[in-house]
Order: sequence, then C-alpha cells, then structure tokens
Amino acid sequence: MIPAHSGPHANPSSNPSQPLLRVTGLCKQFVQRRNFSRQQFSVNAFENVTLQLFRGRTLALVGESGAGKSTLARCIALLERPSEGTIALDGTDLLALDTKGLFPIRRRIQLIFQDPASALNPQLTACETIAEPLAIQNVSTKKERHERALQLMDQVGLGPAAAQKRPFEFSGGQRQRLAIARALALEPDVLVLDESLSALDALNRDLILQLLADLQAVRSLAYLYVSHDLRLVSQFADEVVVMYQGRIVEQKKTRELFAHPAHFHTRELLATVHSVESILRERSA
Amino acid sequence: MIANLLQVKDLSVSYRGADAKLRQAVAGVSFEIARGEVLGLMGESGCGKTSAALALLGLLSDQQAQISGSVQFRGQELPSMDQCALRALRGAGISMVFQEPEIALNPVMRVGHQVAEVIHAHKRCSWKQCRAEAEAALARVGLPARQRIFSAYPHQLSGGQRQRVVLAQALACEPALVIADEPTASLDARSQSELLTLLRQLKRDSSIAILLISHTPEVQAFLADRLMVMADGRIVEQGPFEQLYRNPSHELTRAMLRTNSLADFARDLDLEMVT
Repeated sequence: MIPAHSGPHANPSSNPSQPLLRVTGLCKQFVQRRNFSRQQFSVNAFENVTLQLFRGRTLALVGESGAGKSTLARCIALLERPSEGTIALDGTDLLALDTKGLFPIRRRIQLIFQDPASALNPQLTACETIAEPLAIQNVSTKKERHERALQLMDQVGLGPAAAQKRPFEFSGGQRQRLAIARALALEPDVLVLDESLSALDALNRDLILQLLADLQAVRSLAYLYVSHDLRLVSQFADEVVVMYQGRIVEQKKTRELFAHPAHFHTRELLATVHSVESILRERSA
Repeated sequence: MIANLLQVKDLSVSYRGADAKLRQAVAGVSFEIARGEVLGLMGESGCGKTSAALALLGLLSDQQAQISGSVQFRGQELPSMDQCALRALRGAGISMVFQEPEIALNPVMRVGHQVAEVIHAHKRCSWKQCRAEAEAALARVGLPARQRIFSAYPHQLSGGQRQRVVLAQALACEPALVIADEPTASLDARSQSELLTLLRQLKRDSSIAILLISHTPEVQAFLADRLMVMADGRIVEQGPFEQLYRNPSHELTRAMLRTNSLADFARDLDLEMVT
C-alpha cells in the first residue's frame, strides 16, 4: 500500500479550495537567428497562458504537435525560464527566485518524460536511480536513502529482485514505473506528465494509470497531464485545457468539454477519436 | 492457385549473450502473408515482434543471433541466400518502415537524395532519372513535389513529413511486402490518421502486402485483415481481425485489444461521428 504523505512540506492546513499552483500570463519566446545572419527574430512557443492546478486534481493539456504543450510543461516543471508571467506555488512567486532559491522548490515539482528509455541513466541500477534525487537534495544518510528507494520500488510494483538491475534489463512498462518511482522520491506536490503513457501498450498503460490514481488518492498529488490521447484524457482528467498555436482556446471541466466542444480545434481533435467498433463498421460498409 | 507471398515456418531467433549463452527471443513462429494482405502483429513490448521482423529480412548477423526455420518469399528460401542476393531483395522485394524516422534518416543528407539513393541502389539508371523517380515517390506519399521538401534536411521537416519520407523510401522500388514497425507511434492524431489513410490507399491501389506491427487496437482495426498475437516469442493466437476482436480465445488477445474507451459521458460522441 502507499503510505500517506509524510514529507517536510506536507501541509494539511493549506486550503484545498486555493490553487496549489497558479500560472498567470505566461509567455515563452525563443530568439533565433537565421543561418549566418545577424538579424534576430523571435518565435512565440506560447503566449498569455493562465491556468491553475489544485491538490488531488488532474489537469490535462491537449493540442496537436507544435501547439506549445511540451514547452509549457517544461516551464512549469522549472526546466525552462518563461519570458513573461508568473508561476506561483502556494502563493510564492517562483520566477522571482534565483537558481539557489529555486533549489528547495524543485523537489515539489517533478516531471515524468515520454520515453523512459532515454530519461533514465543507463549506468545506474534501479536503486541508485531512485536514490539519486535524494542525494542531490541531500536528504538523510546513504543507508536510509537505499531503504527509501527499496520502499518506493515496492510501491510502484517493482520487486526487490529488480533493485540491482539496470534500465535496459527492464521492459518498457517497468522502466516507466522506475521513472515514476524516481519522481516520487522527493515527495512532490505536483507531477508533470509529458506524454508519459503514450509509449506503453494497453496492458502496461492500464497498470500505470491505476498506480497514478492510487497515488493521487493517498497523497493528494496534483497532476498536469500533457497528451494528445483524448481517450485517456476523458478517463483521467478533471479539467482540460486545449491549446492551439501557442494559445489556450478552451478550458473546461472534462465532461463539459466532451459534451459541448466550443472551439473548432477542439472539435477537430475530437473528430480524430475513433473506436474499433466504428472503424470496423466503416470498413464493412 | 494463389501462392503465398511470404511463408514463415518454425522461425526461431536466439541472441548470443556476452557469456556465449543463447537467449531465445522468437520460439518457432509460423505464419504466411498473401499478396495484398495486411497482417497485424501485436504483443507486449519485448515479446519478439521486432526480432522476428529483423530475422525475416536477414538483418541479424551470425555473430548476433542464431536463426533457424524457413522463410520463403515468392518461393525463394531467404536464409540460404547470400548477402549480395539479400541486398538486392531488401528495398525492392521486401522493405521496412522503422518506428523512429529521426533515427532512420541520415541527418546530414537532403531527404530527396536519401530517397533517390534507394532507387539508385536497385535500378540501373542515371542519377538524374533516380532523382525524378524520387520526386514521384515523394508525391505518392502525399508530399508536395516542391523543391523545399526535396532539398530539405530531416530536421527541417515535421514528424509527419519525416515519416512520409521514410515511407517514400520504403515504397520507392515498389516492393511486394512492407514491414511497418509502429509506423504511427511518434505522430500526433492528425498525421496518424493521414498516414493510415495513405497506407490503406496504397494497399488498395498497388496491392502491397503489409506486416503491421502496432500495439494500438485502432490502428490494427483500420488496416489489418488478419491479426497475430505474440507472447514470449510464440504466437498465441491468429485469425481474421474482427473474429479475434469479437471472440478472443486467449486472455492476452483480449487484453491487447481492449481499448481505453472514452469515458461513459463521451460515448455519444463516437456514435455521432460515424453517422
């Protein structure tokens, strides 16, 4: 079973109706230069993005490729600095902080990537992989870190026999579990999942989805789930944000969005969802 | 009599480990593909799908793996062919579309040249002619015959465009069989459905046979005539797609074909789109 949140920042008194993470007017510009030219020009990855994440809730971010979803996820996970706007965690403006000031905050927001094969260090054993963030943040002694890593592996359904294995000895699903265990090591409040389920087959996807739901129920984690799979989104998310060409064009409760899609791009996205049944009907017609 | 295009009997692949021990990846697989047929292949990651495909094409060397069994393509026995004959066959008779176009394409060559190169390797014609044919091949997969695409480097194209280039390479010499390993996995929904429609058209117009490796049930439903499910290097079930979908007899088939359906409240949506 998954133990309840017991980290140093577990704060049961914080008001659940207040957003945990508040993003206001966020913009990201990339300045580029044409080959061998001095002239610079800028590309907007996204502009004026405003959204809120609540404890124990899942917000999905959907849109076609190139809409700016991943860059936004990376900005929220503090891997990239936005050009404008604010990101506030429990009321603290994170963009006002310098690298040193951000260091303790980083443990509260963790990112899980799409492809676990390239996100894991091939030279580290499973146990070392999970203990690494704890070591970086200087949490407890080496022995305790090792025990904590074993405990986490157990939680994500990797047995103790896997502790000394390296990433390439695991299957795709197991690797993604390992990546999840690593992200959970620092007991974060926010998990950013960037297409973390799309590389998995149906079997493994269901298992990981269940694991994520259990974790959320016990630790009231907030998920930001970036995906183009509307099926998963319809099952998994409480609220959906639709991005189109770097802007938010629609933001609604999941049920509401599927019932009344307003923006044409949302309708376009919904039209790409076909069930096996409907495909077979169309084929036999 | 309609002879099968590809007939595989008792194919086994065992990789040689560092300690000279053999690890079996494919254990006695038998199947056939008829001309113009799409055979779907599903299975958990690591069950030997890709190993079987690589062994078909003779892409695993003796040092890497021990291969036994028979692979007949148009009545020719592939494992007994020498490298030279195999090279002539790959690309022209059987070709492969890999999962990651980023890795399959050469990053420092213009994409048009990469397609022309395939044609140059198989046909006795001038480079100029090869280029012209490459342009036609790119047009066939729905890439506009514009200089911008032809002389672009892979990084200048989008994911969907890159996957089309890889497909153009695979189809340039009009092979009878294409092995497609997760051709749509790295694409977004729109490019995915465009590419699938394209494959279906190609199948209809030029009666190309496809061995389609994909773990997405919708992709299989769209293209596959028959389906084959693998686990631990063996085939656990094979048959017409619809039959396996409606009445799976093996637990794994049921699990692989079960889709993450839309949540209950969105079911109407699906019905609406069909009508």
